[in-house]
Amino acid sequence: MKNFTAYTENVGETHALGEKIGRAVSENMVLLLSGDLGAGKTTLTQGIAKGLGVRRNVTSPTFTILKIYRGRMPLYHIDAYRLEGVSQDLGFEELMEDDGLTVIEWSQFVPEIIPDEYLSVSIHLLDEDRRRFDFEAKGGRYEELLEELA
Amino acid sequence: MTLILAIESSCDETACAIVRDGKEILSNIVSSQINVHTRYGGVVPEVASRIHVENISTVITAALAAAGVTMDDIDAVAYTRGPGLIGSLHVGVQAAKTIAWAYNKPLVPVNHMTGHIYANRFVSELEFPLLALVISGGHTQLIWMPDDWTFEEIGTTGDDAIGEAYDKVARVLGLGYPGGPKIDKIAKEGGPHYTLPTPKTANPYDFSFSGLKTAVLQMIQREEKKGEEINIPDAAWCFQETALQSMVKKTVAAVQEYKPKMLVLAGGVAANSRLRVLMEEQMKAIPETKLVIPPLYCCTDNAAMIGAAGYVAYMHGERGGFDASADPGMLMPGEEY
Repeated sequence: MKNFTAYTENVGETHALGEKIGRAVSENMVLLLSGDLGAGKTTLTQGIAKGLGVRRNVTSPTFTILKIYRGRMPLYHIDAYRLEGVSQDLGFEELMEDDGLTVIEWSQFVPEIIPDEYLSVSIHLLDEDRRRFDFEAKGGRYEELLEELA
Repeated sequence: MTLILAIESSCDETACAIVRDGKEILSNIVSSQINVHTRYGGVVPEVASRIHVENISTVITAALAAAGVTMDDIDAVAYTRGPGLIGSLHVGVQAAKTIAWAYNKPLVPVNHMTGHIYANRFVSELEFPLLALVISGGHTQLIWMPDDWTFEEIGTTGDDAIGEAYDKVARVLGLGYPGGPKIDKIAKEGGPHYTLPTPKTANPYDFSFSGLKTAVLQMIQREEKKGEEINIPDAAWCFQETALQSMVKKTVAAVQEYKPKMLVLAGGVAANSRLRVLMEEQMKAIPETKLVIPPLYCCTDNAAMIGAAGYVAYMHGERGGFDASADPGMLMPGEEY
């Protein structure tokens, strides 16, 4: 499966969707999250972290660009919001080769680090609390992951 | 007498200070990078680390000269180990390790946030038990300190830090970076013409600003749909009042429950003029807790505060090794993963 769409009505459902993703992912995977400010990227990541067994609460990584959490595998939570308009080597590729899950918000600002294969999630705030999540899988492993999520 | 040479490079500022006994600033050199970052609407790590490299030797030399001391007079070298931007932190960590090694001085790693709390030592002796509201671009925490150098987090943000919410709201309102001072200033011309939802959290002392940020965005979009332009001072006023009132209310509730001898504000957002007024108003009703609001020079990132915290850490026997590296996600002392 290459494409899949999900809807959530509130924060609880967004967390549950994330949790499902967190339980289904395997090592070395990369998730790209896109959506406007306030779309729910960090909220979805909180659910993903829970699904990975991370005990600490995931908070916005905007300020420090990268936050690392320990679960059944490491979670590398990258936020490229503040990297708009500059390109540099921050060593993120090395993280992605590691045994964890890398979640990248605002990945359009770091095109040079995006691998060939990934799962992208585009989040749309429809009205008040309703959100649409458009999943797109690039590569066999991610198509299988989508089968599991759908 | 104990002299600490302190180095700070966790974000924008490359800074070095010489501090005597953790409360007297002999020199405090900050090489501000803020103009470079304004162009990008935020701190850009690569730019930050390159400029830190260019500045670090200069600020260290200047701090020693301004204090009228030499490395022989220094008892220990304190440095910010984290939290912060990894590339920026590395520069300060390497400089501290190099100096400490070359001059055979003990190394004292310091958590940047404890630095913000202990910056208040420059204005007042700290009295314990103490409650600290630590507010910055990356943090929003209520820290309970039953005694000197014991930290317990009783509340934190579940999503965005307050300073980050200010920056993002300022950006959507077209006010630019850094958002805190811009919103604080323009809100003075605004009034209560919009309503935003008060943030809700499960734990009464936790904070949440992500929903408020989204609510501001939705408010702007609603006005656009109606064909009306958002009134920026009013929107800024409304965001600021909602964010600060909620934060102040939680802090005052924690003061009432924990009954500290002292409440201190700490971090960059403590420079907010409206927050200072609100806190003073609310704390008048609780005279048994002394309110300490740091002067503006203590709120922004500087090395003197690392010297203050570094002194207390040094006295408590904290030492770092030469194999230490930066810790961008560093927890408060005593916090657990």
